[in-house]
Order: sequence, then C-alpha cells, then structure tokens
Amino acid sequence: MNGDGGEVRRAYQAYCEWLRSVPPERLSEKHQQADILFRRLGITFAVHGDDDGVERLIPFDVVPRILDPDEWRTVSHGVSQRVRAINAFLDDIYHEQEILKAGRIPSTLVLNNPAFRPEALGLDVPRRVYVHVAGVDVVRVGPDEFYVLEDNCRVPSGVSYMMENRETMMRLFPDLFSQHRVAPVNHYPEVLLRTLRAVAPPGVSDPTIVVLTPGHFNSAYFEHAFLAREMGVELVEGQDLFVDDNTVFMRTTEGPQRVHVIYRRIDDDFIDPLAFNAYSTLGVPGLLSVARNGRVTLANAVGTGIADDKAVYAYVPDMIAFYLGEKPILNNVPTYALRNPDDCAYVLDHLEELVVKEVAGAGGYGMLVGPFSTAEQRSAFRTKILASPESFIAQPTLKLSTCPTLINGELVSRHVDLRPYVLTGETTTAVPGGLTRVALRDGSLVVNSSQGGGTKDTWVLEG
Amino acid sequence: MKLTIAHETHYRFEEPARHSIQYLRLTPRPDHAQLVRSWTVSTPGKLRSWTDGFGNLAHVSVQDGLHEEVAVLVRGEVETMDTTGVLPPHDGLPPLMFLRETRYTRLDDGIREFVAPIAERASDEGQVATLHNLMWAIRDRVAYQSGSTHVHGTAGEALTHGYGVCQDHAHLFIAGCRVLGLPARYVSGYLFSEGEEAGEVGAGVASHAWAEAYVEDLGWVSFDASNGVCATDAYVRLAVAMDYEGACPVRGIRRGGGLEEMTVRVQVLNE
Amino acid sequence: MLGRTANNIYWMARYVERAENMARLLASTYHMSLLPASDRNGVRQWEAPIDIVGGRDDFLARHGEVTSANVIHFVALDPDNPNSIRSNIRRARDNARATRQDLTSEVWESLNQSYIDIENLSYPRIVDQGFPEIFDWVKERSHLFRGAIYGTMRRGQAFTFCRLGTFIERADNTARLLSVKWTLLTPNGTKPMAAEDYYRWGSLLRAFAAFKAYREVYSGIIEPRKVAELLVLRADMPRSLTACVSEVARILVNLRRDAPCTRLAEQMQARMRHSRIDSILRSDIRRYLNDFVVRNNELHGKIGHEFMMV
Repeated sequence: MNGDGGEVRRAYQAYCEWLRSVPPERLSEKHQQADILFRRLGITFAVHGDDDGVERLIPFDVVPRILDPDEWRTVSHGVSQRVRAINAFLDDIYHEQEILKAGRIPSTLVLNNPAFRPEALGLDVPRRVYVHVAGVDVVRVGPDEFYVLEDNCRVPSGVSYMMENRETMMRLFPDLFSQHRVAPVNHYPEVLLRTLRAVAPPGVSDPTIVVLTPGHFNSAYFEHAFLAREMGVELVEGQDLFVDDNTVFMRTTEGPQRVHVIYRRIDDDFIDPLAFNAYSTLGVPGLLSVARNGRVTLANAVGTGIADDKAVYAYVPDMIAFYLGEKPILNNVPTYALRNPDDCAYVLDHLEELVVKEVAGAGGYGMLVGPFSTAEQRSAFRTKILASPESFIAQPTLKLSTCPTLINGELVSRHVDLRPYVLTGETTTAVPGGLTRVALRDGSLVVNSSQGGGTKDTWVLEG
Repeated sequence: MKLTIAHETHYRFEEPARHSIQYLRLTPRPDHAQLVRSWTVSTPGKLRSWTDGFGNLAHVSVQDGLHEEVAVLVRGEVETMDTTGVLPPHDGLPPLMFLRETRYTRLDDGIREFVAPIAERASDEGQVATLHNLMWAIRDRVAYQSGSTHVHGTAGEALTHGYGVCQDHAHLFIAGCRVLGLPARYVSGYLFSEGEEAGEVGAGVASHAWAEAYVEDLGWVSFDASNGVCATDAYVRLAVAMDYEGACPVRGIRRGGGLEEMTVRVQVLNE
Repeated sequence: MLGRTANNIYWMARYVERAENMARLLASTYHMSLLPASDRNGVRQWEAPIDIVGGRDDFLARHGEVTSANVIHFVALDPDNPNSIRSNIRRARDNARATRQDLTSEVWESLNQSYIDIENLSYPRIVDQGFPEIFDWVKERSHLFRGAIYGTMRRGQAFTFCRLGTFIERADNTARLLSVKWTLLTPNGTKPMAAEDYYRWGSLLRAFAAFKAYREVYSGIIEPRKVAELLVLRADMPRSLTACVSEVARILVNLRRDAPCTRLAEQMQARMRHSRIDSILRSDIRRYLNDFVVRNNELHGKIGHEFMMV
C-alpha cells in the first residue's frame, strides 16, 4: 500500500485515515465477525462439503485491497485486450492458422500440444467467441506496472468469493462504503447472463441457459449453485441433459426442454464420453455433435485450454500485435521454455533466483520458488528438470506488491495478486475489481488457497 | 474400381435398453482417391449428420424407449482410383498435429528399440523407403491373427505379444513414425479382396484399418502393415484420426441393456 | 423443475415416511412382545420386521439369533443395513442436500438435525433410554419434517412431489405391515378373541395411530374385520390405503389430468370406493394387500416416467 518512498499511495489515503481512527481490537472483532458471517453464508451455500455440513472456508482478510481509477483502467484495458487477442487466436488456430503460417508462434508448440483439441477444428462458434469467461491473474510490481501471471481460459472459478467478500465487507463496515466510492461487483451474474444470452445459437431470441456442474461433490459446487440461482437458470448435471434430434434437452417435470447455451463448469475431457474420456459420467453423450452443428453453445468453447497453456502464454504479446495491431498494455513475465537447451542451461544455473513451474501443473503445485527454496529442493528439481525439460518453464521472481493484512490481531504486509473476471459476449468487459488473493505466510509468494492463501475484497475507486 | 458395399452391424442386448446413442463414422471421406456414387446409412433410431474435427462425415444415432437391439445398415457405391497410395498434403488437417502421442500409440522402450535399426538407415534410404521398411518390419514381427486382441490394445502391447489385428498394426506403425519424427495417422475403412486365393492377410474381412504417414512435398502416403502394401483402389477410406478411438466406425453408449452381443456382416463387391 | 430434482424430493419424502413406519412397526412389535407368548410365537413376531424391511441373510450373518435386541439394532440403527431407520434418514438427508436450493431452510434444518442426532446415537444409548424412546423420537422427527413442509413450502412442484412421495410410501408401508401382521394375528381365521388377542390387535391399531379412531368409529370389542376396514377402506383414516390413494389421485389430477399415472390412480381409487371389507376378507385379504402393493408400485413407476424422466 506504500509507494516506493514509503508514502501512503493515493488509493489508500482515505482508508488509512479511517484505520488510524479505529482501535486495533475493533478490527480483530470485525475479523471474527466476518468468520461467523462467512460460515453462515457458507452454510447456506454449502449444500455439500464435509459430513458435519460445514465446509472448509478460505481465510478472509478484512482489510480491502484498493485500486485507484487509473490503476483499474490499466488493468481492465489490459486484461480485456488479452482476452480479445486470445479469442482471435483461438478462432485462427481452429480455422486458418494464419499465425502459425506467419511463423509468429512455433507450430509444434500449438499443434503438438494436448491442449489443442482437434475436436474443435473448423467449428464456428457464435460471434467467434471461445472464451466467454476468463480469470486473468495479474500482479502489480511497481507504480502502474502490472504483470500477467496466467490467463485462465478453461473454467476459471472464484468469482463467488469476489461477491461474497463484498457482501461481507458491506455488512461489517457500512461506514467505510459511505466514505469511499467503491465500484459495485454484485451485478456480475447479470453481466454473465447477458453474455451467455448474446452467444445463443443463431436465430434463437430467447435462449434457455443452464449451468452444468459435475455435481455436489465438486469443490466449486456452491459457486455453480450460486451463479445458477443468481442468474435464475437451472443448475444441471450431465444426467439431466440428453441429446436427440440434433438438439440438447433437459429432463424436466414438464418433459424435455430444449437447451441453447450451456455454461459448463466441467473440463473438455469430461463433457462428452463419445468424443473424449469414454469413462466420464459427468458429461452428455452426443453433446459434441450438437455443438459442432451449431445447435448449442458451450461456454467456454471446447479447446480453449491451448490459450492458457504455460508455454503458449509467452506468445500472448505476439497475439496482441498480430491480431489487434496493438501494443500490450500489461507485461508478460519473461518465460524460459526449458525445452529450449539454452534456456534450460540458464535456468539450471540460476535456480535460486527463478520460479520454476511444471507446464501441466496448477494450483501452485509442482512449483519451485527459487529464493525461498532449500538446496535440497533445488537439487530434487534439477533431477526432475533433467529428466524431462519440456515439462517445465521458468520465470524470474517478481517483486509482488503487498497489502496490509490482519494476522493475529496485527497489521502486517503480505503479498497479493488479483484475478479480474473478463466476460465476452457482444463485447469484452471486466467487472471492476476481482478476487484478490493474499499469501498469508510471511514472505511467501504463493497465493493459492490450497497452499495457505486467503482472499480480500477488492475495491476499485470510482473517479 | 466400382465397389458396392453392404455393411450391417447388429447389437443385441441381454435385456432391453432405455436409451442408446452412437457416433457413426461410416461415410467415405471425399478425397482424390474415391468418388462416392451413392451412400446411405440407416438405423432404427433418429439419425443426424455432423462432421467431426478431422473432417470425417459422421452421424449421431439416437434410439429412445425400450429396445433390445440396434441395427446399423450401410449401403453404397464408391468409385476408387489407384493413386499409388498417395493423397495430396493439403486436406485441411495440419500434419504436425499427428505427431501427438495417444493412449494407443504411446512409445515405450520396446518400440524405440524395434524402430532403431530402421531409423539408423533412414538418412541413406530416404523417407518413403524408410516407411516401407517400417511397414514390412511390423508385418514380419507382429503376426496377423484375426480376433486375437481386444479393441483397447496398444501399439506397445501388440509388439510385445508378437501378434495382433489391423488396428494394432496401424497403431504400431503410427508409433514407429513418431520415433522417426514423421506425422502419421489412423485410417479406418473397407478393403476389397478377391478371396482367400489372393493370399492376402485378412482376405474376406472387408472392414479394415491402416495408417498414413506424412511425407514432405509428397503428401499423405498410406501403409497397410497387415498386408505389407500401400493402399490401392481396393481401399475405401471412411475416417481418419490420431488413433482407433477417434476413427472407429461406431462408438456408443446406452442406459440399461446389460451385456451386448455384436455381429458384423460386410460385403465389398467389384462390379 | 428438473426431473432429477423432483425425483430427489420425492424420494426424500419417501425415506422419511419409511423411517417413521419402521419405527411404528418396531414399536408395535415391541409392545406385543411384552405379552407372555410361547417362544416360537415370540421369535415369529420379531421375524416380521426383518421380513418387511428385507435383508434376512444379512441379518443372520451379522447378528445371528432373532431376538428383540438384535432385530431392533438391525432395523433401527445398523448403518450397514441399507434399509435401517438410520440409513433411511441418511438417504433422505442426502437427497435433501442435493436439492437444497428447492427446500426451505426449515425443511432442510429439520432433516439435517435428525441426521446429526441419529448419527450420534449408539445402540447402548438406546438400550439405556429404553427402546420406546427411539421409536417416539423417529415419529416426532417425521412429524416435524412433514409439518415444516406443510407450514413453510410454497405450494409449488417441490411441495407436490414431497406429498406424492409421502403418500405412495405410506400406502406401500400400510399394506405390507398389515399383510404380515394379519398372518401373525389370525393363525386360525378371524374367530375367537382372547384377552391376549385384544391386546395384540390394540397394539396393531396403535402402530397406525388408529386406536382412538377405532373407539370413535366402532363400538364394542376389537374385531379383526373392523380393524381391516378401518385401515384399508376408511377414507377419513390418514394412514389407510383409501386415504393414501385418494390423496395421490387428488395431487395427480391437479398436476396432469390426462397422464397415465393419473388414470391409474383414479382407477385404484374408484375400485376401493366400491370395495366392501367382507368380500375382501372372503377372498383372502393378504392376496388383496399384496396385489395392492404391486399396483401401487406400478403407480410409482408411472409417476417416475411421467415427471422425472427415469
């Protein structure tokens, strides 16, 4: 929250004044209240979870992360620009593949990649939108200097936390909201609904939309149920849908009802056992045929995983230049592809400075954070890298910005990142704010909830 | 050749099934080696056509309500040309895609060892000759044995066992191509054969599978390791994919029905 | 509403109703077993609950001898018996959880609490409290569940499928229970009534919460013929077959007048309206009850087919 010279950054000035007026123990009280509120809200969501009916909650911090209007302008334009380029890229590689022919991205990187789905080749999707919902992970490393860590283009989750966090903050600190002009986030489901309606199959003016969930054993089930309820659409499982006569139907008490748009929270591999994983019981047999015939829209489309592949990530700036003719607004983290012998040699020499990630890894697993690693961990990673260099990439350790965070009753600095959600239907927009994740361990750069991360409300101040 | 094809597949279920759905890849691809004069696919259920990602002409067949069998009937006439087994390089499918490993074509040490001597001579002999060497090596090493393997068998397993069916030969050929660094793909189709006296492996069996390898500047070259030949005008191409799973003629799923029994009758006649 | 949701709700109600009826069966059997009886008869009485819930081989393998304690343990609390009261409550709660958003919090909480309570209950505890405590507790939880549905749920589809489940299950349970008990209580036809018999028929009436009603409707001693009439044909007895079928028919007519399930329910209702207990008894009431169970199950299947697409 402090600038380079140690002064309080503009966005935080009003908040800091307020904070000075609040006795520290009151903040701790609010923290406990938040926990209770969350459990209660959590329980209303947690129709699943452990047998005691209470789910494990992701720790929530009561100190908001605040962005001033200029910062948000940069971030929102930047993430929207990336998503526009990614949609153009997906349309291209599943059709003409101009970018490969032009040699801007190595062909093998795309074509010889399991995330590139031949099932999507030649498939025309409404408005040429493939990634309807993206969650782009961004970090701030200096004034107005942002880096993108990942463009999550498959089935990004966490948006319900963005809304819950805001709901909780408004209950706990109503006075703060009257002092600050904070951009609202709770219309997200409305925007999502509008987005999904905009990509209905051609000629359908009043589409039936559903949210497809793997079921109540899935860890994100409450989010699926939440979004379905907020949008006023059915939450379905694979078994509720069937294919007949070139159409997807849902089984209702009134008989079969046609479905036009499926906001699916199931990975490609599981959506149609006749086309992908034959043992999947989560999907709908025949779905791919209807999608390819343009009679149902899947959001996100099949095959978007190629765009957030860790190796393809390095080329997003090239996509922006190639398709949009623009300069990237947000920086890419320089990435060493270890399949490249020169890069590999450099990385092995500089393991203590770099972050090494497994290409197929997710959730902060399969990752070596050089500056915080032991010699033992580094030597174990060296062995793994030498065994299959193509499975790894490496990036310099970024100096992530920090945000004050309440730990054991004390305000301390912790590293944060930000996941704004970018929706693409008729247009591409980012809902102001997003999910701020915070590394709760001192000095840690890993913000994933599975690895001791928490969340904060994210405020975008209106100018 | 003018080939007349009749292909019937009957599935009989142990008990009535409530709902069954199938993807059928049973229509010849339009290409330079074959011209489809007439073609019909019929099933008792509702049938809709679609095109899969590999450009295969597919159908989806749905049968609702209790039923104890599903019959898939295919009839048609195809005019085939002998292109010495070569098809043009540009068919809308990027060749590099076919360097990918699948469950069926995964490399193991056995395959690498098997291909190593062929790979060694590759730069002297050139690509086309090398591919022939690979095809013959597979034919000599993995005996054709009808009904010897199940549909889930992999290339590595076929090599270890030393026997297999056309599907195994094709998978092993594709895996071998990857050792050589050449893209290769799986083809399912029909094979016309004069009969036992022709001495061809698989004579009389008209449903067939083989492989195609991509040779720069030449195109897709077909290799039928079961018979040790490149495709001629006796071959009809139905579908291409990375492996059996993507190209198989019928892939289905059903609710209820218990165990099933499948009978297939195929007849390919030359006018 | 999704067919799966309707099916979940329907079964949620069925499982709760089944748990209640099993508690009623155990309570009545327990009550009767307090009477002096020959050893053979005592064993036969306790075999009845196993016959009704099923799983005889499983019972013999894991619990051995047919004694009141073993049977109560098996039928009430055994988590490995898929048809025990405990398993039924667990399944009801699982179904509720899967359709949480279609229920009011009162309904969900009442069921969730029942689940938590019975999961914490051990066999030694119920021995300690006395068996009737647990039987009463199950009945109360079921009343609470039904009351929460009746008092808080909008009269929409969720409510409707709840009610359908309740009455289809109750009809099935009443028929099965009466059939098994009839065999036990009338070894020599419907003839003489000893004091002991009076006591037994009284327990049976209590199992259906019908003792008081019997006294109101009929005068004089308890006669098997009148008990049968009360539990099969009386439309004003909430647990009688006629009452259940009428309720189901009424719900279905409102839901979809011309559906096959509705026609079947109306046929069943009409047939019962024209039935007389004497002719039922003459042609063997057990066969009548077993036929009823079959037809009720057919109705269940048609409802599933019509609304739940199963």
